[in-house]
Amino acid sequence: MIKGKDIVAINDLSLDEIELILSRARDMVPIARSEKKSRLLDGRIMASFFFEPSTRTRLSFETAMQRLGGSVITVTGQEGTSMIKGETLADTVRMAECFSDIIVLRHPREGAARLAAGFSKIPVINGGDGAGQHPTQTLLDLYTIKEEFADVSKLHVTIAGDLKYGRTTHSLSIALSRMGASLSFVAPPTIQMPDHVLDEISNMGTDCELSSDLAGCIPRTDVLYMTRIQKERFPDVEEYIKVAGAFRLDPETLEKAKKSMIVMHPLPRVDEIHPDVDRMVHARYFQQAFNGVPVRMALLSLILGGDI
Amino acid sequence: MKEVRIAPIKSGTVIDHIKPGKALKVLDLLGIDGDERMALSLAMYAQSSKAGSKDLVKIEDKELKVDEVNRLAILTPNATISIIRDFQVVRKFNVAPPEMLEGIVKCENINCITNQNEPVRSRLIMTKKDPIVYKCHYCGRLQSDIEKNII
Repeated sequence: MIKGKDIVAINDLSLDEIELILSRARDMVPIARSEKKSRLLDGRIMASFFFEPSTRTRLSFETAMQRLGGSVITVTGQEGTSMIKGETLADTVRMAECFSDIIVLRHPREGAARLAAGFSKIPVINGGDGAGQHPTQTLLDLYTIKEEFADVSKLHVTIAGDLKYGRTTHSLSIALSRMGASLSFVAPPTIQMPDHVLDEISNMGTDCELSSDLAGCIPRTDVLYMTRIQKERFPDVEEYIKVAGAFRLDPETLEKAKKSMIVMHPLPRVDEIHPDVDRMVHARYFQQAFNGVPVRMALLSLILGGDI
Repeated sequence: MKEVRIAPIKSGTVIDHIKPGKALKVLDLLGIDGDERMALSLAMYAQSSKAGSKDLVKIEDKELKVDEVNRLAILTPNATISIIRDFQVVRKFNVAPPEMLEGIVKCENINCITNQNEPVRSRLIMTKKDPIVYKCHYCGRLQSDIEKNII
């Protein structure tokens, strides 16, 4: 049911499809760790178009493809492409489909992946579109959560930081709502969760609260999802300065946390999580980064078709 | 305010109860710019027993279709449409906001891909009816001021 599908937003996947991807990801772990070899995607080519900086997403997609025996053609930045000559994204993807079997796209404009999917005859995966959506990050976030907690509907998830521009938080909030979790959004008022996300969540009847008090939310939290304040997306640097360093998670802030609570972060971090937290039982963000590989392997294999 | 009388038309379409001052925008939204050489009459700020004042447009010899006129709901939701044949009203209906607005209203998100030089028309999808809310098909942004962004 996922074969040939575009993945632009997390809502493009049903809950059953999400479960299938996460289940397949568990099977992919030994291959991701190089304990087993696979030629599942032998001869298949992934076009990797990253028109915005990326470390984890691009490398984990490329690693995922290569771990399954496929190969990758890559463009990073608009320099060196015909887009610098004025080529449209619509033309760029129609060119890419001539050379590859699947396109992974990161782009600074919201809606870019939806547009690309509309023009491309081969599947398009959204690797992040401006401040829009980042569905594969959501899949690996859900995988990380479900590796710790069996029933997401019983969880209280606190999402903190830059909720206005942090696209990972948009997709994740929607997915968690669909799964029945309750949510707290912790951010300074100017970078709180956008209305269109709150609207979607409220339509699902999700129990959610808006707050600017991180410490106050921690005691009842099962999953704490921290994010970086995204300086590069602020139209006005003064506005950034007002909220920079708004939250800083350190061992002291975590004193009242449940022992089972996990701390996640899509990375990169700046100063919102103190390095001392890395050694605490709560820290999961590096495991979360690794999980990107098996989850993207699962997704690529299901979209391109084929069994392990 | 003076009472304004416009002669009845033999056949065509009457758009009545237009929000005062919006008649010219109504013509614009219908793509009528004068090049069509169609006969039409227009009244603005005419007296109305219901609303105090209103605009009115009568287009002769052209029966507008429901799909053509429904887009007027984003500008003047109370407008009524009458189809006239041989001086008789053969059909009368209210405009209803369309489920989808394509190429009519641009997305208000300046960072939306549809506001770049791409070969696509804007596409807004209705997500709520009361009050009416449209969302960009591409970037997902909820639109706060449709009228302001009519192309």
